Amino acid sequence: MRKKGSRLAPVTNPRRRCLVVRQVCKSSGQLEAQSPLDPGAARRRWRRDAERAECGRAKPEPERGRRSRAGSGRAEMPYKLKKEKEPPKLAKGTAKPSSSSKDGGGESTDESQPQPQPQPQPQPQPPSSNKRPSNSTPPPTQLSKIKYSGGPQIVKKERRQSSSRFNLSKNRELQKLPALKDSPTQEREELFIQKLRQCCVLFDFVSDPLSDLKFKEVKRAGLNEMVEYITHSRDVVTEAIYPEAVTMFSVNLFRTLPPSSNPTGAEFDPEEDEPTLEAAWPHLQLVYEFFLRFLESPDFQPNIAKKYIDQKFVLALLDLFDSEDPRERDFLKTILHRIYGKFLGLRAYIRRQINHIFYRFIYETEHHNGIAELLEILGSIINGFALPLKEEHKMFLIRVLLPLHKVKSLSVYHPQLAYCVVQFLEKESSLTEPVIVGLLKFWPKTHSPKEVMFLNELEEILDVIEPSEFSKVMEPLFRQLAKCVSSPHFQVAERALYYWNNEYIMSLISDNAARVLPIMFPALYRNSKSHWNKTIHGLIYNALKLFMEMNQKLFDDCTQQYKAEKQKGRFRMKEREEMWQKIEELARLNPQYPMFRAPPPLPPVYSMETETPTAEDIQLLKRTVETEAVQMLKDIKKEKVLLRRKSELPQDVYTIKALEAHKRAEEFLTASQEAL
Amino acid sequence: MAGAAGPGTGPGAARGDGDDSLYPIAVLIDELRNEDVQLRLNSIKKLSTIALALGVERTRTELLPFLTDTIYDEDEVLLALAEQLGNFTGLVGGPDFAHCLLPPLESLATVEETVVRDKAVESLRQISQEHTPVALEAHFVPLVKRLASGDWFTSRTSACGLFSVCYPRASNAVKAEIRQHFRSLCSDDTPMVRRAAASKLGEFAKVLELDSVKSEIVPLFTNLASDEQDSVRLLAVEACVSIAQLLSQDDLEALVMPTLRQAAEDKSWRVRYMVADKFSELQKAVGPKITLNDLIPAFQNLLKDCEAEVRAAAAHKVKELCENLPTEGRETIIMNQILPFIKELVSDTNQHVKSALASVIMGLSTILGKENTIEHLLPLFLAQLKDECPEVRLNIISNLDCVNEVIGIRQLSQSLLPAIVELAEDAKWRVRLAIIEYMPLLAGQLGVEFFDEKLNSLCMAWLVDHVYAIREAATSNLMKLVQKFGTEWAQNTIVPKVLVMANDPNYLHRMTTLFCINALSEACGQEITTKQMLPIVLKMAGDQVANVRFNVAKSLQKIGPILDTDALQEEVKPVLQKLGQDEDMDVKYFAQEAISAVAQRLTKLDFPVKDNEEPSAPGADKNHFLRPRGPGEDTGKGPAHQLHVNTRDTPAQLEIAELVHFS
Repeated sequence: MRKKGSRLAPVTNPRRRCLVVRQVCKSSGQLEAQSPLDPGAARRRWRRDAERAECGRAKPEPERGRRSRAGSGRAEMPYKLKKEKEPPKLAKGTAKPSSSSKDGGGESTDESQPQPQPQPQPQPQPPSSNKRPSNSTPPPTQLSKIKYSGGPQIVKKERRQSSSRFNLSKNRELQKLPALKDSPTQEREELFIQKLRQCCVLFDFVSDPLSDLKFKEVKRAGLNEMVEYITHSRDVVTEAIYPEAVTMFSVNLFRTLPPSSNPTGAEFDPEEDEPTLEAAWPHLQLVYEFFLRFLESPDFQPNIAKKYIDQKFVLALLDLFDSEDPRERDFLKTILHRIYGKFLGLRAYIRRQINHIFYRFIYETEHHNGIAELLEILGSIINGFALPLKEEHKMFLIRVLLPLHKVKSLSVYHPQLAYCVVQFLEKESSLTEPVIVGLLKFWPKTHSPKEVMFLNELEEILDVIEPSEFSKVMEPLFRQLAKCVSSPHFQVAERALYYWNNEYIMSLISDNAARVLPIMFPALYRNSKSHWNKTIHGLIYNALKLFMEMNQKLFDDCTQQYKAEKQKGRFRMKEREEMWQKIEELARLNPQYPMFRAPPPLPPVYSMETETPTAEDIQLLKRTVETEAVQMLKDIKKEKVLLRRKSELPQDVYTIKALEAHKRAEEFLTASQEAL
Repeated sequence: MAGAAGPGTGPGAARGDGDDSLYPIAVLIDELRNEDVQLRLNSIKKLSTIALALGVERTRTELLPFLTDTIYDEDEVLLALAEQLGNFTGLVGGPDFAHCLLPPLESLATVEETVVRDKAVESLRQISQEHTPVALEAHFVPLVKRLASGDWFTSRTSACGLFSVCYPRASNAVKAEIRQHFRSLCSDDTPMVRRAAASKLGEFAKVLELDSVKSEIVPLFTNLASDEQDSVRLLAVEACVSIAQLLSQDDLEALVMPTLRQAAEDKSWRVRYMVADKFSELQKAVGPKITLNDLIPAFQNLLKDCEAEVRAAAAHKVKELCENLPTEGRETIIMNQILPFIKELVSDTNQHVKSALASVIMGLSTILGKENTIEHLLPLFLAQLKDECPEVRLNIISNLDCVNEVIGIRQLSQSLLPAIVELAEDAKWRVRLAIIEYMPLLAGQLGVEFFDEKLNSLCMAWLVDHVYAIREAATSNLMKLVQKFGTEWAQNTIVPKVLVMANDPNYLHRMTTLFCINALSEACGQEITTKQMLPIVLKMAGDQVANVRFNVAKSLQKIGPILDTDALQEEVKPVLQKLGQDEDMDVKYFAQEAISAVAQRLTKLDFPVKDNEEPSAPGADKNHFLRPRGPGEDTGKGPAHQLHVNTRDTPAQLEIAELVHFS
C-alpha cells in the first residue's frame, strides 16, 4: 500500500513518450548476391537473421497499436519528441480496475478508445509503435506464428496432421437421439445425460479418416446441439450434469500427445516450423466449446463442480498445453483462465503446476508449445495481484519469469513475458533493481535478434521506472547499452540508439548525466567513425548531440578523458600481464607446481574495432555532430518505411486455412483478482 | 623466498615482504571485478596458480572464504570455478583438508543454471572420494543432508547425485539417515526433484545392501514408475536395468516384472519408447527365462506400436535381441516370434522405421544361417533394396558384408545393381558420397568381372561430378580399387580413362586428372607412373589456367619420390624450373616448393625421402581462385602461405567455389 500513492499519481511522473521510427537499412538489406564470388549463403543467412530481429519488434505491434490514436503511427522525425497529450492517468487507470486501484474511471475511458482490430494482421502494420506499457490485458498469443504474405510460396503440402492416438471405443455405432428442444421438459435432463454419454465414444480420424462417417456425424450434431442448448437455455446445468460433462470432456481430451512431426532439439524453429494440426479437431473443437459454455453458464456453480474439477483434472489440462495445434491451446487458455477465476481453491495449485512446467522448459527440455498461452494467463493473474505483493509472487518473478529470458525460443513468447514483467514493476517499483540486474545477467551474447527483444523489453521497463530506482541500476545498465551501441549487428545498435528518442529516458539520463555520460561516451565516440553502417553513424551523432546539449562542459571533459583513457588502456594491459607474471613466479616456488600446471594462457582477445583517429579535436567533433545530425534528419524523412518480410518458406495452405478459420473464444484475458 | 609455502610448511613461511603476501588475492579480487567476462573467466581458470602462489594454508584461510562469499557471477565463470574446485584437494593440503572445499561447492550446487550445478555435483563426487571416512561423516554427509532438505528445488536436485558416493563409507546409523533422505526426495512435490531422484535410483541401488534394495528401493521404484508425470516414469525404466541386475530370478518376478510389464504398455509413448530403447540392457538384466516369457511378447507389441518413434526404436534392437537369445532354440524363436513382425515392418508407412530396420536386418543372416536367410530374409532384403527411401537402400547396401559371409553376394547382385545405379545418380550429393564409400567393399565382394561390366562406368562418371566432394571421394575410391584389383587392371581400365581427361575443356576435370594421378601413382608403381602418367603431367604444365599449372607443380612434388633420378633430373626438373619463372605467383610458389623437395631427393638419395607432408589439403587450393590477386603483391610466400592455414572447407562451400570459371 505504501507505494500506491506515488504510483497512482502519475501526473507528477513525466512519462511522456515519443515515437520510434523504424527504418531498415536499405543498402544492406536489399543487396543481392551479384557475383558468384559473394558468399551468398552467408548473406542469405544474415538476411534471415535480420528479418528475424525485426520480428521481436513487429510482432507485438498489433497489441500495442491497439491504443494508439489514429494518425500517431506515421513516421516522425527521430528525435523531435512527440508529447503524449493524453493524461497518463488513463493508461494507468485501465490497467488496474482492481481493488487496489482508486480511479475507477479507467474502464469507461478505455471503452471510448477506438480499438483497431487487434487480430494479428498479416502485413501492413506501420512499423512504428506508440508504446503504452500498461495494458489492462496481456497481449494475446498469435495463432499463426508465421506471417503469410500470400503469393506463390503457399503450396499444398502433404497433409500434416497430428496422430493423437485415442483409445478407440469398441462399439462406435451411435443412435441418433431425439432433439432436446423437441422433448418434454421433464425428460430433458435425462436426454441431456444420454447425449453426453454418447459423446464419450471416440472415433478414428487418422489411420482411416473415412471410417464411421455416419456415427461421427451423429456425435458432431449432438455436440453442436448441446453447445446451443447450454448457451441459450436456463436452468439446464443441474447437479446431475456436472459429473457427466466433466467425464465427457476428460474422455475426449485427456490423452498423451503424439510425438511431434517437426524436428526436435536444435533443428526445431518455433517461429518457422509449421504446427501439426489435430486430426480429430472437428469433434475436439465442439467438446472444448461445450465445456467452455458449461463453465460460463450463469447456472454454473463452482461449489458443486469442485468435486469433479479437481487437482488431477487441472494437471491433465495443463499437460495438454504442449499441444502443437494453436487452436487447441487457444481453447485451453480460455478454459484454464475461467477455472482459475472460478475455483479459488485451485489457484495456488495451478500457479505451482505452471511453475513446474516452466522449470522443466527452462532447465530441462527447452521445448514446450504452450509457454505463450500460459504466460498470457499469468499476465492476467499478475494483473489482479493485490498489494503489497506476496513473497511467493516476488519469487515467481525472480526465479521463473527472469530465467525464462534465457531460453532459445524466447521470440515465441516474449510479448507475453515482457507484459508480465512490466505488470510486476508497475505494481511494485522496488522490484526494478533485481529485474534489471537479472536481465543484464541473461543478456544474450551471440543471438542478435534476441538482443533486440531484450532492448525492447528494457525500454518498456524504463518507461515505468521510478527515478530513484533508475539511479540504482544505471551504471551496469548503461555499460550494457554501451556494448549494444557498439554491436556490429546494426539492428542491435540501432535499437539501442532509439532510446535517445525516448524523452522520459532522456530526462532520466539528463538528471544523472555525470554518471551516465562517462560510460556511454567512449562507445558513441568510437563508433561514430568506425561502425560499418551509415544509419548508425547518423543515430550516433544524434545521441552525441543530445549529450552535448545536455551538458557542454561534461561533454568536453569526456572527450578529453577518452583520449587519456585510450593511452592508459594499453598501459593497463601491460600491467595486468606483469601482475600475472609475478603470481606465476610465486607459484613456481611451490613444490607442487608441476602437478598443477595452469592451462597455457589464452591468446588475448582482440576487439574488432579499428583504430579511430584521436587527433580530432573537440571543435571538429562538435561541428561534425551538428552537420551529421542535421543530415540525418533529412535522410530519415526521405527514408521509406520498409515492411518486414519473413523468409520465404513454402507454407501449407491447409494449415493456413485451418488457423484462419479458428475463432477465439475471447480476444483478451481479463484480470483475475487475487483472493485476499 | 616469499610465498614458497609447500605442504607442511608453517604459517611463517608464507610471509615474505608485506606487499607480496597479499598480492595474489588482491590481484584476483581486482580481476574478478573487471567488466569483461572473458577476463574474469581467464582469472578463474588460473585459480590453481593463485593457490600455488598462496600456499596451502592461505588458500584455506583466505582464498576459499573469499570465493565462498563472492559467488555471484555469470554462469560461465561459475562453471569454470566449479570445475577448478574439483581438482583442488592437493592445493588445500590434501585429503585431511578436502572438506574446506565443500562450502563454495555447496553454494554452486544450489544455483539455478543446470550446467553449473551438474559440474558442482561432479566436483563434489570427486572430492568425496578424497575424504577420510571420519571427515566424510563430519562434513560431507551433513552437506548432503542440507542440500536434500533445501528450500529450493535446485539444491534438492543436486543432492540426488551425492547419495551414492557417500553411502558405502558411512556408518550404519548414518546409512539409515541417508536412505531416509533419498526416500523423501523420491516423493518430492517438485517433478524436477523426482526426475533427478529417479535418474539416480539405479546408481543408488547398486551401493545398497540387498535387503535394503528389496525393502526400500523396490517400493520407490514402483512408485516412480507409476508417477503422474511420464517424464518421471520413463526414468524409472532406466533404473529398472540396474535394479534387475541385483535381484534373484524369483525376486525379480515378484518385485520388478509387474512394473516392467506395465511400463511396456504405458499410455505415454515416451515411456514405451524408453522400454524399446533400453531393451537389450533389460534383456541382459532379467536373464533368458523372463526374456522368453515376458520380454518377447512385449517386444512384439513394441514392434507394432502405434507410434512410429517406438517402432523405430524397437526395430533398432532386433539384431541385438536375437543375438542375445540363448543359442538353444534361438532359431525357432526368431522364426516364429520375431520374423513375422519384421516382415510387417519392411512395408511400414514410416521411413525412419524402415531405415532403422534396414540398418540391422542384415545382421540376422549370420544368426539364422544360410537356408533360412535365402528362404526368409532374402525377400526382405530385396524389398528393402527397392524401397522408395534412399536411406533404407543405403542402409542395406552398407551392411552387405554380413550377408556376404553367409550366402555370398551373388544372390543379391541382380537386385543390387539397379539399387546401386540409382543411388549413384541420386540428386543428393551426400547419398552419392555414401555409396562411393561402399564401392571398394562391393567391388571386393562382387569380383573384378562383375565390376568391370557394371560398375566401372559409374566410378568414372563420379570423377566428373559437379560436386567437388564427390570428385574427391571418387579419386580415393579409384586408389582403393587399384589396391584391390592390382596394377595390371589399373593400367588397362583406369589409367587410360583418367589420362584422357587431361584434354578436357573444363579445367576442373583437368585438375581431377592430376588429383587422380596423385592418388594412383603410389598404388600403380614406378613403371606406370613414369611411362604413362608423367608425360601427361608434364604436358599440362603449359595449361592456360594457373590453377592447373600449380597443381602440376604439386603433383610433381607428390610423385617425385616414386620416380627414378633420371626422370627427375631430365624431365621433372626443367619443367619445374620453367614453372618457377611463371608469371603467376602461386604457380611460382608451388614450383619452388616442388623444386626444393626434388632437389632434396636428388642430393640425399641414400635417405628414404619422406616428402608426403603436403603443405595443403585438397580443399585449400580451391580457395585459391576465390582470392582476388592484387597486382602489388610481391613475394609469393606471404598470401599463399596464409591460405594453407585454412585447409579444409565444407563441401557445400566448395560447390559455390566451383561456379567460378577461368578462361
